[in-house]
Amino acid sequence: MSTISIRKYASENGALAGLVVLALVIAFMQPAFLNAQNLLNVGVQAAVIAIMAFGMTFVVVAGGIDLSVGSIAALAALVGALTAGPVGLVVGALCGLVNGALISYGKLPPFIATLAMLSVARGLTLVFSEGQPHETDEVVTFLGSNLAPMLPLPLLLMLAFFGITGLVLTRTNLGRRMYAIGGNEEAAKLSGIDVRRTKLWIYALSGLFAAAAGLVLAGRLGSAGPQAAVGYELDAIAAVVIGGASLSGGVGRATGTLVGALVLAVLRNGLNLLQVPPFWQQVVIGAVIALAALLDSLRRR
Amino acid sequence: MKTLITARGITKHFGATKALDGVDLDIFAGEVHVLLGENGAGKSTLVKVLAGIHDQDSGTIEGRTSLAVIHQELALVPELSVAENLFLNRLPRRFGFVDRAGMRRRAPELLDRVGLHVDPNAKVKDLGIAQQQMIEIARALDKNAGVLILDEPTAVLTDTETDRLLEIMAQLRHNGVGLVFITHHLDEIQRIADRITVLRDGRSVGVLGPRATTRHMIELMVGRPIDEQYPRARQRPGQPLLSISGLTKRGVFQDVDIEVHAGEVVGIAGLVGAGRTEVARAAFGVDGYDRGTVAVDGKPLPRHDVQAAIKAGLGLVPEDRKRQGLVLTATVGQNLELVTLANRDSKRLHDIAGKLRIKGRVEQPVKELSGGNQQKVVIGKWLLADPKVLILDEPTRGVDVGAKVEIYELINRMTAQGRAVLLVSSDLPEVIGMSDRVVVMAHGRVAGELPRGATQDQVMALAVQEIPA
Ligand SMILES: Nc1ncnc2c1ncn2[C@@H]1O[C@H](COP(=O)(O)OP(=O)(O)OP(=O)(O)O)[C@@H](O)[C@H]1O
Ligand SMILES: [Mg+2]
Repeated sequence: MSTISIRKYASENGALAGLVVLALVIAFMQPAFLNAQNLLNVGVQAAVIAIMAFGMTFVVVAGGIDLSVGSIAALAALVGALTAGPVGLVVGALCGLVNGALISYGKLPPFIATLAMLSVARGLTLVFSEGQPHETDEVVTFLGSNLAPMLPLPLLLMLAFFGITGLVLTRTNLGRRMYAIGGNEEAAKLSGIDVRRTKLWIYALSGLFAAAAGLVLAGRLGSAGPQAAVGYELDAIAAVVIGGASLSGGVGRATGTLVGALVLAVLRNGLNLLQVPPFWQQVVIGAVIALAALLDSLRRR
Repeated sequence: MKTLITARGITKHFGATKALDGVDLDIFAGEVHVLLGENGAGKSTLVKVLAGIHDQDSGTIEGRTSLAVIHQELALVPELSVAENLFLNRLPRRFGFVDRAGMRRRAPELLDRVGLHVDPNAKVKDLGIAQQQMIEIARALDKNAGVLILDEPTAVLTDTETDRLLEIMAQLRHNGVGLVFITHHLDEIQRIADRITVLRDGRSVGVLGPRATTRHMIELMVGRPIDEQYPRARQRPGQPLLSISGLTKRGVFQDVDIEVHAGEVVGIAGLVGAGRTEVARAAFGVDGYDRGTVAVDGKPLPRHDVQAAIKAGLGLVPEDRKRQGLVLTATVGQNLELVTLANRDSKRLHDIAGKLRIKGRVEQPVKELSGGNQQKVVIGKWLLADPKVLILDEPTRGVDVGAKVEIYELINRMTAQGRAVLLVSSDLPEVIGMSDRVVVMAHGRVAGELPRGATQDQVMALAVQEIPA
């Protein structure tokens, strides 16, 4: 490999390099990190955020933002627990569709539309749950279980969603339209891309992915609670950004997001293993997010 | 003569691309020094190295202390007012706050200098691209720099504004300012240049004097002579493919009738503000209109519906490539495929890229291409879509002489295949030379139509004509 391609590789995979370094440092300080069971745990912990973040990747690539994914996840999980899993998925997609309609037909900024949905979906979760956690049925619980020893379903689901996201982004017209809209909405429109319809799809997908993440989370816990997934939207955004996507749109990849979600999970897991107090964990995680974004902006210059 | 800037052996790479290769350049006080070269020859890169935006890989530069640069890509803040943009970086202050009154007082003086009559409080995003360019020029003039570099300022200007700019440049030259001027319009070079440095593939291939002939300039920059600058091959017109009738948008354009037949190139000439771009955009469905109809191949189009227009076989190459034409974050190939997403064909894509001689790889980010090559990508995107009628709004803006001819040949090929072209252009020789008929617009109305072979004077007479309301 020539120096140029090595450099290109490193710059395109900055987050991956960061993940490897992070894992090595933690493994060095606490060898138990490398224990197979622990590594699987990390994967399972990453799954919920990753699935959510994949949906967020569509939105961010198209130049938007979705603050409502945490609330939608909670609502979908609750509806799933009260009725059945698939109904939860439908509810999630519908919430996303409402976001999309407000943004493309109501011309609301994504930040505002999804902030409103964050509140509405969380509120509905509180109303329907009457403030109580609700047990999930076998189907949903199955989502959070192990297929076989050492074969957790959440991990497989994460990989499946990863594959779907990569396919949508790189191999479908919808994906190309996302990049075009995020890169230059005006040019996309003048090229005949139906910007409004595409946005509808994008937010619906984000809602659907959030719902799936919510069901996986509920499955793992065996119940859906009113306070589930609070603040997860921020982790999802962080994962996308750590993965190298640009919040101004037009840039982002499925692999980057996967790595971003893993970075967060590895970090949390490592900090727990190292017995860093929870309050300090927040500080460290924030610092790492800033560092990742900083490195990314440095290498872009 | 006093030398203001001395650059020696400037070399600059971008990855594997050698943009500059050992270029020498002197800039004297009181001269207009033209940089001439094909798209991608390295002109803008040289300017950016002189301005310290890029560091050269090797070579030396002396004396770049007092330098003002007007870059090829506009650098205004769209959301701010004209006045704020003029004084950006050095907003006049009073008691620590922006001195709005002072700014409003000084702005008209500056605008006056470039002959621009716009409200200093207007937002820049509401102005046309030519007016924006004049604001950039006014801003650069206010710095009173010893060296002023202008990278293709006239690409977006009409003749009147260009005349004004050349006058200002002559005045500055008289005052001892050293000017570096980049343009693809050879007539401008003949009017103002003292010396011409010709760049080819990043190398300086010669320095010409003020009396260089067009032929000589072209041969040196392209490496071969060009016989016919406007090689229009006429076709016998067929049935009408685009019919615009009675198109009216209150306060913008009134009762516009234009018909373009199969095999025809119809030009639209006129001054800035005559409503040419507005008609083009309305016809294509980007903007709405109040009255009238637009029909493609006999089928009326719904208002304000770009997708329907494209489906019916219409295409539009917009005037502002950066804002309306390109997705800068994407690659050349992705941009070329933007219209034809649904049925991609990589063979035709490479074919078009080759025909347009786009200097850059298909996988390369389009923002790394030189300005003229970016323009070719916008045109290529529509050639790929193969519309029945293609509206071209200032299609050769920033395109070098050789590549222009290639674009004209592609227009010829379209019409030979029974397609039609509506050519909006401020470049009079182009619109006259390439059109089978020229429609002249003034004040939002069609002022008249001229047959092939009309003179520039005839066009201008119609363009400046006052029309009673
Ligand atoms: N940031 C960049 N990254 C990679 N390549 C670049 C970059 N900027 C310029 N280039 C390449 O350097 C070469 C020279 O470009 P430059 O913009 O200087 O051309 P130019 O002579 O100004 O052309 P034009 O007449 O079209 O404006 C081109 O091949 C271009 O693709
Ligand atoms: Mg240039």
